[in-house]
Amino acid sequence: MDEILELLQNDARLTPEEIAAMLKKDAKIVRKKIKQLEDEGIIVKYGVIVNPEKVPAKKEMVRAIIELSVTPERETGFDALAERIYKFPQVESVYLISGGYDLQVILEGKTLKEVAFFVSEKLAPLDGVRGTKTHFVLKKYKENGAVLSGKEKSSRLEVAP
Amino acid sequence: MERSAKYSQVVSRMPPSGIRRFFDLIIGRKDIISLGVGEPDFVTPWSIREKAFYALEKGRTSYTSNWGLLELRQEIAKYLTKYKLSYDPASELLITFGVSEAVDLVLRSILNPGDEVIVAEPCYVSYQPLIELAGGRAVSLNTARTNFIPRAQEIAKLLTPRTKALFICSPNNPTGAVMPRSELQKIAALAKKQDIWVISDEVYAELVYGEPHFSIGALPGLKERAIILNGFSKAFAMTGWRIGYICCPAELMRQVIKLHQYYAICAPIMSQYGAIEALQSCRDEVEKMRRSYLRRRNFMVSAVQKIGLPFAEPSGAFYLFVDIRPTGLTSEDFALKLIQREKVAVVPGNVFGAGGEGFVRCCYAAEISLLKEALARIARFVKNERAG
Repeated sequence: MDEILELLQNDARLTPEEIAAMLKKDAKIVRKKIKQLEDEGIIVKYGVIVNPEKVPAKKEMVRAIIELSVTPERETGFDALAERIYKFPQVESVYLISGGYDLQVILEGKTLKEVAFFVSEKLAPLDGVRGTKTHFVLKKYKENGAVLSGKEKSSRLEVAP
Repeated sequence: MERSAKYSQVVSRMPPSGIRRFFDLIIGRKDIISLGVGEPDFVTPWSIREKAFYALEKGRTSYTSNWGLLELRQEIAKYLTKYKLSYDPASELLITFGVSEAVDLVLRSILNPGDEVIVAEPCYVSYQPLIELAGGRAVSLNTARTNFIPRAQEIAKLLTPRTKALFICSPNNPTGAVMPRSELQKIAALAKKQDIWVISDEVYAELVYGEPHFSIGALPGLKERAIILNGFSKAFAMTGWRIGYICCPAELMRQVIKLHQYYAICAPIMSQYGAIEALQSCRDEVEKMRRSYLRRRNFMVSAVQKIGLPFAEPSGAFYLFVDIRPTGLTSEDFALKLIQREKVAVVPGNVFGAGGEGFVRCCYAAEISLLKEALARIARFVKNERAG
């Protein structure tokens, strides 16, 4: 199971037949296990990592990391507030973290103004939010294990010992 | 003076490496998918590279002892206990300029003119020429009939009073065959009886997919006649670093070290620091690469089975030695036509010596997407050839 997951995490384009060949398993079994991983919510989504610098439409987008200090609610703790936040389509990810603040929110907007507006009008006024700190992303180097700039290429000869 | 008299006769008679010859045919072509490389497609793990930068930054740019850094030899001695090999880092272990230098040093150190070395073939391309350069005579043991495993029984038939050594390589380049322990035991008994050296190239030891690697040097009574060669190129993706080593009895090493000091002085110091880091902290990286090769091997095996060409399933290294005789082509013709028609490079088996004709070496150290495309093209090529 873990091996299938590992292969798909690395390359979601692999077909069940190809995975079966790589792991010396039956394609039917692999298909069943992938379905099971999806049903159990272990595989949540099949994604593509895009280098925004190379996509004209994405190039002008503004990404920001927002640190939120919040007051947890009785019974639901941080969950209810986190849920309210992640439902905004602008929000890409939300993490509850330890350290100097509580929630880390990553979001994307068309302009600096749009991001600033979202923070000041949507996030800051939420009940329980005690403070926000916004950091704009200047450049992405690595995402989900994939290096976005200066990727190493093999310089092997075409034929060698 | 005759022009031919200006050159060494041994070297003049020697053909260029078949791999090199084949490489020259496709050099500069960007449209080729190559399964012809014999090296990992991974870049050396970062911490190894970082350690080498650090060594340079600290000004560690000098010669080292001819033997290599003691710290590295100690790490290697510790690592070899994994294979039940016990060598004294001070007198029985020498760091060389890759395994290639190691092969040359060892052969020059043991051979006298006319001495014979039995070489299990197909094998790596340098063994035979280096035996001849050292004044010896290579006696070929064709392993094609025995599934590419050299059998003691067959070796015994080739023994003469001039036999000085037996050369084996497991896991094998180009076949991927791994010698079973039972056969190594028989060979060890034979070597002891005949009092010959066993030179064992174990550079692919970390890349095995079944039973863990077993070294002939670990068998009782073999230490005094085994010469174990190994290096960092394959396991740690360090081909360009040129770091290998020789393990042999101290008495022989006293001869080997003389040659090494005249020949290479020492291996590059920054590479040696990188190698220390490799042994100290890259076990997980090695395992990750090994698993990746295993999956690609399985993928390749399944695809070639579908194409319908026979092969012996490899248990180590990263090669599939495919039997192309059903196509009716020679290995050289197959490889040439495959490049011309489908732009896929493989290495013709005949360059690896006796038993290699009728086969091609396909290296699966390549991304799955490339393997997929290459195999689709090979399938089309074979189908067309068979259709005549």
